[in-house]
Amino acid sequence: MDIKKSAVAGTLESSDAQVTIEPGKNGIELTIKSSVINQFGNAIKATIMETLERLEITEAKITVVDMGALDCTLKARVEGAAYRSNGIVENIPWGGSIK
Amino acid sequence: MENPNLKRLRRTMMFLNAQKPGLIKDPHVYKPDSIMLDLEDAVAENQKDVARFSLYHALTTIDYHGVEKVVRINGLDTPHWQEDIRVSVAAGCDSIRIPKVESAKDVQIIEEAVLAAEKEFDRPEGSTLLMAAIESTMGVMNVFEICKSSERLFGIALSGGDYTKDLQTSLSGTGVELAGARQQLIIAARAAGVMCFDTVFTNLDDIEVFEHEVKIARMMGFDGKSIVNPRQIETVHRVFTPSEKDIIFAEKVVMEIDEKREQGIGVFTVDGKMVDIAFYPGAKRVIEMAKAAGVYEGDL
Repeated sequence: MDIKKSAVAGTLESSDAQVTIEPGKNGIELTIKSSVINQFGNAIKATIMETLERLEITEAKITVVDMGALDCTLKARVEGAAYRSNGIVENIPWGGSIK
Repeated sequence: MENPNLKRLRRTMMFLNAQKPGLIKDPHVYKPDSIMLDLEDAVAENQKDVARFSLYHALTTIDYHGVEKVVRINGLDTPHWQEDIRVSVAAGCDSIRIPKVESAKDVQIIEEAVLAAEKEFDRPEGSTLLMAAIESTMGVMNVFEICKSSERLFGIALSGGDYTKDLQTSLSGTGVELAGARQQLIIAARAAGVMCFDTVFTNLDDIEVFEHEVKIARMMGFDGKSIVNPRQIETVHRVFTPSEKDIIFAEKVVMEIDEKREQGIGVFTVDGKMVDIAFYPGAKRVIEMAKAAGVYEGDL
């Protein structure tokens, strides 16, 4: 999936994560801000990278502001932002690349 | 085969905004009978797309410990309902709540889309149940045909806020403006053999009025109530769970009627009250409710 325009998903509320995705030309450029970065930084990064891989996103700038989100929320916010950047809201591949 | 979840204990159906991770991560700890993950009114128009991703991952990841998972989709008058159905079925929800139902046709349109989604996502056909929210005067006028519209339909629910707008009045807190609709819904539901749920009560601080309203709903025959906050669960469960006194009396009624029937006796007394065969279904229902609520350990 190409990232066509900048898009945001999620909020800065507790248990959520705000994910901003923008077009990029240098592979994946990931920035993570989290109050639990020392404890869970690697796990957060792994979830985000795995989600991007599943969506076949290879070039994008991604900024994640984590507010204590579960893995399932992180995935949802990355996918939400990626699909938004393409303006796709129907016929989402639930159970396919979204899982 | 009939879906075994058509009839189950549904004293509380708790609304939760599907877009809010903080709300949907662990509502089962409060032990509602059902959670209602909302894609409709609670989700802002520009967040509908993102809310579906949140819903999908919550339903496929979080263990809700047996609490029924209902999704309220957007109405037929919006561009959202078809994708709402696809994600709900793909994620394995138990039931879909259809808002603003005004006719049997409305339910059947949704039923068709649900069947298509079950086929698309390899879900067992018929596994996704439906419930219809009655939110308008036209819905109230057509409520019996709505109750009979689909074998998937387990119940109907009154949505008081929208209904009173359509009635050109407002919620007064007395229930006067809802009396006709409540009565008509419960009569239609019972005649059709489906369940019936009362509307939400949104003034969280007025516990006394809330409890009064819950008791009225129970007396009228409702099976449960939609709720908006975990604080309301204890009251509804207490009111909608048969008391020990109710259970003991019901047990006596069932056993006495069974025994007297053998002896050819039709009318007799139990604890000083005249009892005949007409008491049997009510007493059986008390026992069934007590069993479902986990407060009956007898042999009936």
